Amino acid sequence: MAQDASPMTAAIALGRFGFGAGPGEIARVAAGPRDWLEAQITPAGAPNSPGDFPDTAAQVEAFTAYRANIREDGSIRPGGREPAAPMDMQDPDGGMRPALDPAAQAAFDARRAERRGLAQQSAAAFLARAQWAATTPSGFAERWATFWANQLTISATKFQSAVFIDSYEREAVRPHVFGPFEDLLLACESHPGMLLYLDQAQSVGPDSPGGRRRDAGLNENLAREILELHTVGADGGYSQADVTELARALTGWSIDGGPGAAQARRPRLRAGRGRARGEPAEGGRVPGLSEGFLFREIIHQPGSRTVLGRTYPESGVAQGAAILTDLARRPETGRRLCRRIAAHFCADTPDPALVAALESAWAGSRGDLAVVARALIAAPAAWDPAPVKIKTPYDFVVSTHRAVGVAPPRVQALSLALESMGQPAWRPPSPEGWPDMAEDWAGPDALVKRLNWAKSVADMLETTAADPVVLAERALGPRLGERTRQTVARAESRAEGLTLFLMSPEFQRR
Amino acid sequence: MTSLHRRHILCGGLALSLAGAGRVRAQVAGARPKLVVLIARGALDGLSLTVPYADPNHRALRGDLAVAGPGEPGGTLELTEGFGLHPAMPLTHGLFQAGQMRFAPAVAIPARIRSHFDAQDVLESGADSVRGQTDGWLNRALAATGGAPLKALSVGAQTPLILRGAAPTTSWAPGREVSRDDRLVSQLMDLYAADPLLGSGLARGLETDAMAEGGAIRRNDVAALGQTVARLMTGEAGADVVALSVDGWDTHARQAQQMVQRLGGLDGLIGGLRDGLGADWDRTVMLLATEFGRTARANGTGGTDHGTASSLLLMGGAIRPGGPIGDWPTLAEGRLYEGRDLASTLDVRAVFKGVLRDHLGVDRAALDGLVFPGGSAAARAVDGLA
Repeated sequence: MAQDASPMTAAIALGRFGFGAGPGEIARVAAGPRDWLEAQITPAGAPNSPGDFPDTAAQVEAFTAYRANIREDGSIRPGGREPAAPMDMQDPDGGMRPALDPAAQAAFDARRAERRGLAQQSAAAFLARAQWAATTPSGFAERWATFWANQLTISATKFQSAVFIDSYEREAVRPHVFGPFEDLLLACESHPGMLLYLDQAQSVGPDSPGGRRRDAGLNENLAREILELHTVGADGGYSQADVTELARALTGWSIDGGPGAAQARRPRLRAGRGRARGEPAEGGRVPGLSEGFLFREIIHQPGSRTVLGRTYPESGVAQGAAILTDLARRPETGRRLCRRIAAHFCADTPDPALVAALESAWAGSRGDLAVVARALIAAPAAWDPAPVKIKTPYDFVVSTHRAVGVAPPRVQALSLALESMGQPAWRPPSPEGWPDMAEDWAGPDALVKRLNWAKSVADMLETTAADPVVLAERALGPRLGERTRQTVARAESRAEGLTLFLMSPEFQRR
Repeated sequence: MTSLHRRHILCGGLALSLAGAGRVRAQVAGARPKLVVLIARGALDGLSLTVPYADPNHRALRGDLAVAGPGEPGGTLELTEGFGLHPAMPLTHGLFQAGQMRFAPAVAIPARIRSHFDAQDVLESGADSVRGQTDGWLNRALAATGGAPLKALSVGAQTPLILRGAAPTTSWAPGREVSRDDRLVSQLMDLYAADPLLGSGLARGLETDAMAEGGAIRRNDVAALGQTVARLMTGEAGADVVALSVDGWDTHARQAQQMVQRLGGLDGLIGGLRDGLGADWDRTVMLLATEFGRTARANGTGGTDHGTASSLLLMGGAIRPGGPIGDWPTLAEGRLYEGRDLASTLDVRAVFKGVLRDHLGVDRAALDGLVFPGGSAAARAVDGLA
């Protein structure tokens, strides 16, 4: 039985389920690889990296102040719209930016300085996350959290979401990755990072008081991606009408800051239409919404909504939350996500029995991610010793640091390495998140960039690292093939041996 | 220059005569044709690229997003038949004036979907529907040109679907130069003997990298990127076919400002490719296509949402001059697809097929059976493009 405790199953547990083995880890885990994995599944979720980083509330405050600044320098148009020019991360450094007049240039430079400050915070947070991944004793929990953060991705390709990218993962994702999926979904969709990334915070119900007053309207970006990428999937049987209805239900889902926030927070006194006197109109009525969320009833499209054949009466913020919960519980959602879990951890084309086992665990637990994680560990197909999955660049870089027992020291080197291999820090290219297949990561140029980076790491460690054969044996255990072991052993320099080990099929795959 | 002639151009004729001027069609014996496919990911708004400024419904539908007509401040650069090119694209407009640019104002993929990922899948796989093919049409075309298989290159760390498939391709992305170590490489090749994905991938990557001569390019220097890609296409070992992605077109908000920036970058890239290709430009066809267009109306946040038809650009010294490719469906209320999007009048595959047949010499049987298995009935190759 492949799951028996042994150095081989320990190497698989550390490599396939985690971020790879550090010095001595295979020996430590070998007594009970499966227990080692299961012990990481805790109701508290996946641990955050240590370090003091601004939380969501602080970032909402900083972001609101930044936007208020823009209003003062006059570069924002009336009506509470987004600032006119450079809200994209790319703009400030871009050669693609057209020339501005001097006044606009000065305003641009001032904003650039503030943006740099906010961007540097997220860079520091990324380094802390990579350092944690490179040193954590709970590699499986870390991989599992990284998977879910990517499944419900936000991206620093957009400045607004870059500000919240670290607090999003810490507060909305990680605490919920071993709990019901519907809790994870609600926390993520209501977090300022997601509301800004997919334009929800700007979407206005055309028939709401706010919508009737000014020229503003619906933005269906988040609604579409919830259906397509976060829940039932593109073949989940929804139509354009369902997208629009969900978008209408979600109007009012906004950020707690800026103009109108204080008013929206205040309990409203209003007669009729089912709302009791003094009942707050804010998000507090629905448990599980993220910090920094604010329901702005004044822009919420009134009326009942129908999504996937089910009608939801008007209930303010609870309406959108009820639809999300139902979407999370739909069988299409479970099937889709289970297949993605299997493809992420085990094989690009996963074993049908493995997928079936995950689906059954999902269905039997109403999407309890702890139960699904245990089913993954219990599945025989997950323990096939043959290495299949190509590591993503992030996983390659992190597992290299684990193998040599050094955490990545500087963010710039880390960012450049990841960017060259096609996975720039915090910047998945689209709401779909990072791709997950061999052909996505092992193209000719990506392999050249991996080799270049492996060489530079090996050159740097030339004088300090241990014998490359010892490092390879420690990192791969019995997974190290004889051919690779010999090639590494015969290398003419320590740097060459280290490069060969890092680029070996056994280390590139898991 | 064009504003004075606007009415004449609207009547037709002048654009064609302009287009004929100064054109040299190179037919060097043995010289291989070049094809560059630019994929604009994120759904490029065709109504901002080739602006239908003379359409009576344009301004009303677009509001603040409507780009003004030629001659007005910030107005478009005159094309033909009531269309103008976005003012951020002077280099591309220069190609138009030289008869080296045409446009299809209302093309779409065969499937009506509004998901970026599924639509890109259809655009690149060449199938009728989502996941109808697991490899890309451009890869399948490589082996179907009659002569020696064409050499293909994608730009970027990841190979896009359009070039994935049985025919080997290479890829390249800017990066710093690293000294080559033949001993190391040959040992790695031994290790990869049983792992063809890593083995052949690395071999091809190293070969391409050597041609790029290092290829350190300043961030966002789009012209230099275009020139370096062009260098990878020249000479005996150069690529014949290149796929290059241009990202960032999903303009749900603040579209007007974003388009100035993004289209300006695209224009620089196109200019860099043309300059870098030098004499080879006359043997080149370049396509720009996107997965779908955007809503005809502006949305509530100064942007547009996912739509249907968009425009396609055809460029290069090897194209045949001519007017717009395909019909203009108009922006009249009753003509909008589902009451919201620019409708499609032409299957984008019809343009791809026309280019593959007349420029690369892919024969009809291969075109309708192998490269685009949907058959000729669904999308008949457009004649007279190259």
